[in-house]
Order: sequence, then structure tokens, then C-alpha cells
Amino acid sequence: MFRPYSTVSRRRFLQSTGLSAVAVAGLITTPAILRAQSATVKLGVLHPVSGALSYSGQQGRLGATMAIDEINAAGGIKALGGAKIEAVLGDAQSTPEGGNAEVEKMNSADVAAIVGGYASSICLTASQTAARYDLPYVVDVGVADNIVARGLKNTFRFGPGFGVIAKTAIDNLVVINEQAGKPAKTVMIVHEDSLFGSGLAKLLNAQLPERGFQVLETIPHPTPTRDFNNVVLKIKAQSPDIVIPANYYNEYVLLARTMQQQRVRPKAIYSVLGGAASSYKFVKEFPEAAQYIMDCNHWFDPRSAKALALKKKVEDQGQFYTYEVYMNYSCVLLLADALERAGSADRAKITAALESSTFSGHVMPYGQTKFVNGKNQGAATVNTQVLGGDIQVILPPTFATAKPVFPMPA
Amino acid sequence: MAAHHILLPAVLNGLLTGAVYALVALGLTLIYGVLHIVNFAHGALLTAALFAAFFAHRLLGLDPYLAIFVLTPLFFLLGYGLQRFVIGPAAHGEDRNILLVTLGLAVIIENALLFAFRADTRTVNLPYGFEVLDLGVAFLAVPRVIGFCVVLIVALALWLILNLTDTGKAMRAVAKEKLGAELSGIDVGHIYAVTFGLGTACLAIAACLLIPTYYVNPHVGNAFVLVAFTIVVLGGMGSVAGSLIGGLFVGVIESVSGLYLGESLGQMGIFLIFIVVLLFRPSGLFGERA
Repeated sequence: MFRPYSTVSRRRFLQSTGLSAVAVAGLITTPAILRAQSATVKLGVLHPVSGALSYSGQQGRLGATMAIDEINAAGGIKALGGAKIEAVLGDAQSTPEGGNAEVEKMNSADVAAIVGGYASSICLTASQTAARYDLPYVVDVGVADNIVARGLKNTFRFGPGFGVIAKTAIDNLVVINEQAGKPAKTVMIVHEDSLFGSGLAKLLNAQLPERGFQVLETIPHPTPTRDFNNVVLKIKAQSPDIVIPANYYNEYVLLARTMQQQRVRPKAIYSVLGGAASSYKFVKEFPEAAQYIMDCNHWFDPRSAKALALKKKVEDQGQFYTYEVYMNYSCVLLLADALERAGSADRAKITAALESSTFSGHVMPYGQTKFVNGKNQGAATVNTQVLGGDIQVILPPTFATAKPVFPMPA
Repeated sequence: MAAHHILLPAVLNGLLTGAVYALVALGLTLIYGVLHIVNFAHGALLTAALFAAFFAHRLLGLDPYLAIFVLTPLFFLLGYGLQRFVIGPAAHGEDRNILLVTLGLAVIIENALLFAFRADTRTVNLPYGFEVLDLGVAFLAVPRVIGFCVVLIVALALWLILNLTDTGKAMRAVAKEKLGAELSGIDVGHIYAVTFGLGTACLAIAACLLIPTYYVNPHVGNAFVLVAFTIVVLGGMGSVAGSLIGGLFVGVIESVSGLYLGESLGQMGIFLIFIVVLLFRPSGLFGERA
């Protein structure tokens, strides 16, 4: 929808002249639009760009600002007479309180809407604070399901939640195993011991036995963990068919490296929202340790030309194309679409436009957007696998760019 | 659940991990033994050393094991300068002040690193990073085995310095009786700074041994320092042999209790032993009786 055109096509020319004609007509009839036209539309861009989550936060900010730059370069919000989007950047400092303070500031700065948050805990509080001012809030990542289960009318989550992700992950694991003739029967789970990892381990422990997998052992570990030799020794002693890690980037990488070092090769390493499993950074830095690792995670639509163009643009800047980038990019496009249809920077009108959104110009494998109680019904995850120094989509078949390699070749 | 045939590999791994703990603790115990202060900046200085080792490799292409020869003298000078020109003068001879000054230094160093390098985690990938020694019963990571040997050499060297050189004798004299040492013509300020320098140099070596298999970010040093404090108390404050044995001991305890109690509870093993030792031998395993 806001694809940057290098040249002005005939259709584009007609479009823009048509729009300016409408704008001129609007100028004459309703003086109210005059104000909207002269001003820019302010958009709050909130991320934890410092503190423990700073890497993810910086990536998220990158995606959001790239989308804003593209929209502005393509003529701004046309329904508002080509009003440019002005980013009001906020740093949540990796804490919920930090996020709250920024929402207050953004509200005072009179932003039309806020996008971002990243961590579930930040999204939870920031969206609630925004709700006090009826300020539309688009959650970029925040997977905890209670974010959109509180009946807040202002809060919309574009991406999938924990429940959807875990279900997809287990369904796909069953599919992959069946396709290969069911070689895998036993599983070991290695998880970090805070809400994210423990919650996931609990879910997996409840559901995997029903689907024909025996969970041999569940090993929790703190973040940070200095050494994974013990964990790997335990894996080695039990030799499960599948190892499921659920932890953050540093621990994920240490675990994978230690497994490589101790020559532990299960039939598959299969992670759910794996901290590093579908990270280009990990694949580039440790190609051997990363090879054949599967993950069920946020991912861009590999068939979308727009997604690939964005990938190239991000990589040309020397950055990694991580999920924070394209999810935030998509969220800003979603909001711009809502602004176009609202035809106003009025908060209630934007909220209404988001509620009725059917936006599909994003770069995610989601299809049309449809919000029910703030949850995007189209939101989904895909399964990826590290193959030959690259990350390929292996499921669902509609988005797949490669076939799963399972079991791992010895 | 834990099987007994993985006990031996777990003990060996514990020894290798413990060696690095021991080196970090050596620096700490040296400073404590002579200056009688707990150096709270130890963790931050370790982080700084890890960053130095990382950038020596990234920017200068210097292998971490060669970087030992460059970074150790540099960090000795850094430690010497810190004690001589910052901690010493700021303390005005009061132990309480020294404590606070080192705490302040820790905050400054950590936040300066955070500001300069952001919170990103960085790793070094070396061709030998994944090599292992196959002992039949266990695979041991080559970089960690090298680390173990280097720690033994460093501990021996420190022991020789303390016992055979004049500076070492002066350090021991200052540790025992500061006033007496001063009266016999020992420059106490200089000896303090040398000790602090040696302690900091230990960190540079530890950093170079850690970086091939570990990662660095601005908070990473703290993970080691709490353990190091424990080792210092366990081994006996100010004792080189105590730190070495205590470090290896804690490494093994951590590894074995991690195996049997789980990683989340494994840390508890260390502190249980720690409390037991304090109850029955308050001056530590190798400490002199007070």
C-alpha cells in the first residue's frame, strides 16, 4: 500500500492528483481539515532501547522508524492531506515503570497512537496507562495472552499470543514427526525458570504426552547460567529423540554450543520462541552449532516481495533482519492504514478504524487483519529451520521455502 | 534422575570451571589479604577485561591467549593507577571509605561500558573454540583445559612472587603489620598499589581464558564475583592456596549439586557448604586462626 515508487506511474499520478483534488474540495467545504493538514500526525514509538532488552528494543525501533520514513517519502497520510508522520520516540528502559512514564510523556505530546512495547510486562502496563487516555495502542510483540484479555478497547495486538504459538508448535511437531515416519518418541525440555520458560514448559508437559511424546525430563535453569555442561551431560545420559530449549539468546547459544562440543546430537533440536533459533546473528556467528535447529517463532512472509525488499534494506544498513524489525514495520503500516480510513487523528476514530481493520499490506504471513477483542485473528507463527547457513520456512506448506530435514543427519 | 556414570564428567567439568573461579578469587583475596578491604569493583573490572579481550580479538585480530601478554601488564598498570591515584587518596586512610570508593568505581565502570557498548552480548568465534579432548569417559573442551593449566601456572607464579621476591616479602609484611612495615622503610602506598595491580592483572588473565568459550556484556562480571567472594571466605581470606583449592572445590560442588538438584537449585550447594565451613572453621579452610 505504501510501497515506495521510484518513478511516478500513470495510476499513481492519477491517484495523487485525485487525492489533492479531494483535499482542495475539503479545504473549501470544511475548515476543520485545514488544521489537520498543516500539522503532522504524531505517533508514539515505544521500545526498551536501554537495559536488558536493549538489543530487541533497538531492532524494534529500527523497524518502526523505517516504516515511518517510507510512508513520509511516499507522500504521508493522504486522507489528512499528505500529513507527515512524526515519530515520538520513547525508551521503556526494559521496565514496566519506564514504559508507563513514556506513555504519560507521549500523551502530553499529543500523539495520535502508540506502537511497540516489545516485552509482555511492558506491554501490559503501557497499554493500560494508554487506556486511561483512550489512546490507541498497538502491541508489537508481547506474547502474554492476558495483554488482550482485559477488555481494554484501545489495545490491539498484531502478532500472535502464547496460546496460539504453543498450539501451532505442538501441531507442527506432530506433523514433522509423522511425515518422517514417527522416529521420535521421547523429549527433553530445557527451559529458563522465569514466567516465559516455565509457562511454556508447563504447557508442553501437559500437551506432549497426549500427542504421543514421552517427556523424559524437564530441566529448569536460571538466567544467566554460566555453564551448560551439566545440562548437556544429563541430555547425553538420557539421549532423548528431541531436545526442546526455551530460553533467551545467551543461554540458547551457550546450550547449542555445549551440545555441539559434547557431541550430543538428538534427532532434532526443536524450540518454541527459541531465543536464538531463528536469529540470523546466531546462524552467522555459529553456523555449525545452529545447523538443522528448528523453531516455531515470529517470521516474515517469505513470498512477499515487500518483506524481501525490507530485508535487503535492513541488511544494507549492516543490521540483522530480526522479528522485532518486521513486526514493528508492519504495525506502523497497520496504524497508517487506520489513519487513512479514519481520515482524522482523532483517537476514538483511529480506535474504530483499527477495530474494523482488514489491512493486508504488511510483511507477515497473516493474511487479512481482523481484530476480535484486540486479538488479530490472522496472526500466526511459522516453523523455521537453519539449513546451510540460512533460515528457511518449513511449515505451513503455503509459506514453506524448504522441506524439513528430520531426523538430523548424523 | 541423575545417572552415576555422568558423575565423573561432571566432576571434571566442575574442576575446569572452578579453575577460572579460583583465578578471579585469587585477585580478590590478594587485595583483601594486604589492603584488608573488600574490592567491590572486582566484577566491573572483570567485565572491562572481558571487553578488552573481546576488542583485542575483534579489532586487532589478537588471539585471546596471546592477548594475555598484552592485557596483563596493561591491567596491572590500571589497577596500580586506580589504587595510587583514586582509591588511596579518596579513602583518607579509612577502611569504610575504601569500601564505598570501590563500590562507586563499580557503578561508574559498569555504566560507562553500558553506555559505550550497549547491552548487546558479544561472543568471539575461534577455530579451536569447539575442539574437545576425548578422555574416553568425558569430552573436555580444549579452551577450558588450557584455562585450567594457565590458572595453575598463575597461582604458582603468585605464590613464588609472594614468597621469594622482595616485593612479595614487603607485601606480606604490610599485610601482617602495616605500621611495622612502614617503620622498616617499606613504601606502603606503593605496596598497596602493586597489590591492587596484581589483583587486577589476575582479572585480565581470567578474561582472556574465559572469552573463547563465554560471552561478554556489561553485566557479565557480577555472575563470577559473588562466587569469588564465597571462595575467598571459604579458602581463608588472603590465602593463595586457599583460593586455588577453594575455587576448584566450589566448581565441583556447583557442578555436582547442579547435577543432582537441578541448575536452579545447584547454586544452593555452594552456599550450604559455605555456611557449614563458616560454622565450624570461621577463618576458612586455609586461613590462619584469628
